[in-house]
Amino acid sequence: MAINWFKYSAPSTFYGLAGKLIPWFAWPAGLLFVAGLYIGFFVAPTDAIQSEAYRIIFIHVPASILSMFLYLILAGYAALGLIFKTRLSSMMASALAPTGALFAFISLWTGALWGKPMWGAWWVWDARLTSELILLFLYLGFIALQASIEDPRRADKASALLAIVGSVNVPIIYYSVQWWNTLHQGATIKMTGTSMHVAMQQGMFMVLAACWLYAIAVALTRVRSIILEREANTQWVKELQEVKQ
Amino acid sequence: MSRLSVFGLLGLVIRRDLLLAMRRRADVLTTLIFFVMVVSLFPLGVGPEPDMLRKMAGGVLWVAALLASMLSLPRMFSADHIDGTLEQMMLAPQSLTMMVLGKIVAHWMLSGLPLVLIAPVLGLQFDMPADAIGVLMLALLLGTPVLSMIGAVGAALTLGLRGGGVLVSLLVLPLTIPVLIFGAGAVEAVSGGMDAASNLSLLGAFLLFALVFSPFVAAQALRISME
Repeated sequence: MAINWFKYSAPSTFYGLAGKLIPWFAWPAGLLFVAGLYIGFFVAPTDAIQSEAYRIIFIHVPASILSMFLYLILAGYAALGLIFKTRLSSMMASALAPTGALFAFISLWTGALWGKPMWGAWWVWDARLTSELILLFLYLGFIALQASIEDPRRADKASALLAIVGSVNVPIIYYSVQWWNTLHQGATIKMTGTSMHVAMQQGMFMVLAACWLYAIAVALTRVRSIILEREANTQWVKELQEVKQ
Repeated sequence: MSRLSVFGLLGLVIRRDLLLAMRRRADVLTTLIFFVMVVSLFPLGVGPEPDMLRKMAGGVLWVAALLASMLSLPRMFSADHIDGTLEQMMLAPQSLTMMVLGKIVAHWMLSGLPLVLIAPVLGLQFDMPADAIGVLMLALLLGTPVLSMIGAVGAALTLGLRGGGVLVSLLVLPLTIPVLIFGAGAVEAVSGGMDAASNLSLLGAFLLFALVFSPFVAAQALRISME
């Protein structure tokens, strides 16, 4: 039996598949969030050095990880769309961008909240903070470019090229900022190198998994809207149950 | 007519762009005046203490150079786009990548090189020592072409868009941060009594890297924008 591997690369078939998949990601995401945060805030012991303030890591660390991974995934989808001219890949790239920007923003915000009691300042020009800020700028540039081009095909291609150029630049920017930081000042306070308590690990991994699932669910929801918007004039959209109503 | 060699083509594009710019000198001058003005505003903003000014001179000059080069970016392709020359260039049997490289070089000679040449005067305003001024010029000489090259990609992507000027800065500025860091770092290293060689080497590496990839990427971006 021959399997058609590309069946779901067509927006019309993927629309239905995404609709079926969303609950499978959204519900576990919600449950894991609750469970992970419960462990993080009530079960995990108080940190010896940072006392209660460390608990922000249960949100901060997953958000930072997601913000970085999502940019790579976005660039990957963008490259697929540019190379193979698959419309769905480009749509996925644009569906991921706002979520990535959101996580970058949450990461910066929670970092500032953690920095005030720990470092005594809302903002420190630490290498990681600075590169996270630049990552947010890259996301915003991607979104802005896409928003300002009216022709969706050109918007897809132009923003894909930008995402690829950006992802080539990300390591260069990261190391530049790191060297710049060590040139200017000594290393700021590092995360405590001691091994983490098991409950802390569990809590963090649960929230991390929840963030992944959330990102997937939201991206699928958004891509469904994008598909409907772009394909509004096609026959299959007009025949959809939810469109007819 | 004999077939143009690759470098003949490059020379032709550069000569043409320079000639066009010489017919409209005001465009070149505005970038330069903007640069001088921004640099001169800093002492007014932060106070005239010579010690502080000397310390921040490298960074100020670099940030101003960055802004000035953003200012002139939208002009790189727009005039040719409006009068249809760009379309002819893309139809020509010659390499578009080479033509884009020619336009980048011309753009740098009109917007980057003047900044390099005027920088020593501004350095004196900030009471920079002579060796720091030398390194500043060298760093700008290596770094400003990179700004034109990265900028070309942004300019090509935003060709003919509403609000292209602001948008291109939004896209390009984050990508130029490494140049800013090592450009200003070179000046600071010399002022601090260290060797600027590592910073300058990295700037040189960026230049070569950008030289290889950016004309091609910018050409692809032009094809996307002109479809």
